Amino acid sequence: MSRFEVPMPQMGESIAEGTVSKWLRTIGQRVEKDEPILEISTDKVDAEIPSPVSGVLAKVCVEEGQTVEVGTVLAYVEADGGEQNVSGGEADSSQQQPKMFPQPTTIGESSIGHASEATAHKNKRELSETERLKNKSSPVVRRIAKEHGISIDNVPGTGHLERVTKADILRYIKDASIHSNYQSPDDIVSSQAVGDPDEGLQTLSRGEIDIWSSYYGEVEHPTFPTLPGDKVLPMDRLRQLTADHMVMAKRVAPHVHSVIEVDFSSVDQVRTKIAQNDISRGRGFSYTAFVTWACSRLLGKYGNINAVLSGKDIIYRNSVNIGIAVDLDPGLIVPVAKDADELSLAETSGLINELAVKARSGNLSPEEIQGSTFTITNPGILGTLVGIPIIPHGTSAILVLGAIEKRPVVIENVDTGKDEVVVRKTSLFSLGFDHRIVDGADAARFLLDLKKLLEFFPENV
Amino acid sequence: MCLGDLEVRNLGLIPYGESLRIQEELVLLRRAGDVSDQLLIQEHPHVITIGKAASEKHIIVSREQMEELGIKVFHVGRGGDVTYHGPGQLVGYPILDLKPNRKDLHRYLRDLEEALIRSLSVFSIKGSRRENLTGVWVGDRKVAAIGVRVSSQWITSHGFAINICNDLSYFETIVPCGISDVQITSISNELGEEIGMDIVSETVVREFIGVFGHDIRSNVELD
Repeated sequence: MSRFEVPMPQMGESIAEGTVSKWLRTIGQRVEKDEPILEISTDKVDAEIPSPVSGVLAKVCVEEGQTVEVGTVLAYVEADGGEQNVSGGEADSSQQQPKMFPQPTTIGESSIGHASEATAHKNKRELSETERLKNKSSPVVRRIAKEHGISIDNVPGTGHLERVTKADILRYIKDASIHSNYQSPDDIVSSQAVGDPDEGLQTLSRGEIDIWSSYYGEVEHPTFPTLPGDKVLPMDRLRQLTADHMVMAKRVAPHVHSVIEVDFSSVDQVRTKIAQNDISRGRGFSYTAFVTWACSRLLGKYGNINAVLSGKDIIYRNSVNIGIAVDLDPGLIVPVAKDADELSLAETSGLINELAVKARSGNLSPEEIQGSTFTITNPGILGTLVGIPIIPHGTSAILVLGAIEKRPVVIENVDTGKDEVVVRKTSLFSLGFDHRIVDGADAARFLLDLKKLLEFFPENV
Repeated sequence: MCLGDLEVRNLGLIPYGESLRIQEELVLLRRAGDVSDQLLIQEHPHVITIGKAASEKHIIVSREQMEELGIKVFHVGRGGDVTYHGPGQLVGYPILDLKPNRKDLHRYLRDLEEALIRSLSVFSIKGSRRENLTGVWVGDRKVAAIGVRVSSQWITSHGFAINICNDLSYFETIVPCGISDVQITSISNELGEEIGMDIVSETVVREFIGVFGHDIRSNVELD
């Protein structure tokens, strides 16, 4: 049995504290993993705090009504031992069997879905009520009907499931008015109401906007005509954010790229040595970890690379926070190894692995994807020889690792003094940098230092 | 189902309790990944809801008077104080999964405000935020209230209420959001003419999608 902390979670960048509003479990009661054990409240938000593991609530550290900082331990949960603990705590386990996590099953297009047998029935009942209301009419249709003293039941509906649409009821009134000389005021009202918003939109987009604030402030993607047979799908959220970000990054910074070749023999030697000493650790050290560690040692020295141009100033970053691009396939997210210059090689490797796992499982917190001061991306894993990257907005440089592959290299034999062709693992590193604040020579020096550090990689770091 | 799908469900005029049960069910289904993100839009019959941060004394009228006015009262698990819902007010409950990249509750509140501010601008009304007073304001008049809940696994429920053409006198039964002397307004009130629910609902849905970047999957009630 082991004890797990339940800390006050980070619920947002500007949220420093929260108030425990209600304990949903008492000491000794069973909780399932991810089942809420308490509620906290901050301004206008109530949030459930789930249990990190299945087990028994062992200790409560904060009382209801108390306000505590993010990170404060709220409770401890004693995790179940190996086997499923059926009898669990004091609580009736049948009651605990959560309907919280219904078995996913296939769902129909128009239904909410059948979560489990127990909930399916309930669903159906609620849905039918929802559907009934939904199908009946929209608020505007009801209002029009009421104003004209019409029963909606008498109006033929052309909408989904014969629902009465606004057009239906207006047509009904019009038809009636032909016979009675009655003119509906709603015809006029509704056409005006439809006209107004378009006018509003035009004012917004075509108003007098300063061209530069528009250029730097908004991203608009031009549209293109489709060809027969094309499929048109809207971008998902992540893609949209990425698209806007890339356009903005490319608009603002004048990009320059420099490429250098790095021999990985030394890194490989160190890597093998670590692996021999500690098989479990050594294997986990990716090349990205080595390169991240090396960059983090150099960025303090290259202040203008670990910086950003901001208006008329240059902000020299106090920390070295290295963003590591993680392929989500589809999509990409860049978690940040904070204060990377203070981490050992092992810690760097551990952190990168942890961030990558979190990224792929969708569990990154906001602060884990913010505050990057330099970025590393490694499409070399997929065979790319050399990349010409876009510098992430708000930073000044990005390093792309090309494929680390065995290649013929010409070296001078120290004993004979003759040139020899040998097989070495090498990679082409490409540094993209913002030429407003990073000069070509700075970038070249940085790359050369990086090359040297990797080609004569220190041991025990 | 893809990350950006949004199903918009127009529940029409629906009693608060009934809508609450639908929300609770959808939260479970959303968490289990059985449905995509949801946006429930609706009107409620007269009802006063009391949030977690609320004080009963912010309901000014007596129980008897409320019964006479046909107002129901609910204690609910959302943030915020006391609020009123009634016909002519558009109520929106987004059931969203804030993972993987929206795990910031303040940002979520600001985004909800943004969607409503953009919607107002479509009707040439300048909506704004007020510091430390979540909601949307027109000058010093409050036009929309916000109160949300986040269940485990970052699933949202509850949401926003924007006054469109409702009878504002009902707000006199409460101290809205616990702020005394707050003046409540509606879109119709600001425009000086009656505006339809439909056109505003449609706009709010459109702007919501714009702010949250969803792909709309089914939009069931927009004529």
